[in-house]
Amino acid sequence: MSSIAWFRLASPASFFPLARRLVPWFSTGAALLAVTGLWLGLLVAPTDAQQGDAYRIIFIHVPAAWMSMFIYIVMAFWCAVSLTFNTRLAAMLAQALAPTGAMFTVLALVTGAMWGKPAWGTYWAWDARMTSELILLFLYFGYMALRNAIDDPRRADRASAVLALVGAINVPIIYFSVKWWNTLHQGASVSLTSAPTMAATMLTGMLIMAFAAWFYAIAIALLRVQAIIVEREKNFRWSGELLRWIR
Amino acid sequence: MNASGLSEFMAMGGYGFYVWTSYALAAVGVAVEIVAVRARIRTAVKSALRPDRAVSVPDDTQ
Repeated sequence: MSSIAWFRLASPASFFPLARRLVPWFSTGAALLAVTGLWLGLLVAPTDAQQGDAYRIIFIHVPAAWMSMFIYIVMAFWCAVSLTFNTRLAAMLAQALAPTGAMFTVLALVTGAMWGKPAWGTYWAWDARMTSELILLFLYFGYMALRNAIDDPRRADRASAVLALVGAINVPIIYFSVKWWNTLHQGASVSLTSAPTMAATMLTGMLIMAFAAWFYAIAIALLRVQAIIVEREKNFRWSGELLRWIR
Repeated sequence: MNASGLSEFMAMGGYGFYVWTSYALAAVGVAVEIVAVRARIRTAVKSALRPDRAVSVPDDTQ
């Protein structure tokens, strides 16, 4: 009867100990991947023939930009689940992902500016890629602001879920902006349909940093969802023993 | 790595400012988020353990 066990996990109070147990695995994984990725990116990967060492920003910029879009998709997925099945945990997972998504979006924008200056001579341009990424940041902020503006958490879940789902249209726009419009931002260096246009160590370092960012996002979201569960499950009789453990 | 190797590494071929600002901002972003989430958990737990938040069990023995 494994289906019963899965339904049990959908209760926030039962999911809480699982989240607590998973965090050390993902945070350790993130740390090991980050050390490996930084070693490859900063010490092993060769200097780029055209861009010199400025290109090394790629090991932060691309993983941050990927995560900013990916976290939004996952957040919108949990919003859809919470609207469809009216489950509290799905809404809490969406709520836990938003600040991390916003953090990666800010990081993608500022590292992009740091790379734009030496590569193009400007920190910022209103081209389609950068503008749509900035809109993504406003969507994260809007989602969090709307949540905070509504006192009843269940109503906040529904309203913010609708906002997140409508805003999801922006993610394919960001991704394909470099194809659809003539942008200052370069096209994709890595895609599923063609061979990557970069050296093997550069590509490996970038992918490992992307996995590090992924593991970090999972770890921090599982940590934040514990705070959200304790904040919101006021009627659950929290055992002091369990709570003291996570302090 | 010797001293001149290190300063060469830090210089990043003249792009040191841009490269290290990017890496520093990533480190700060992650560190701030971890500290903020830990503080949020502490606040939530403290509030949940306050005696006035304790759920009273209905007395159905009478």
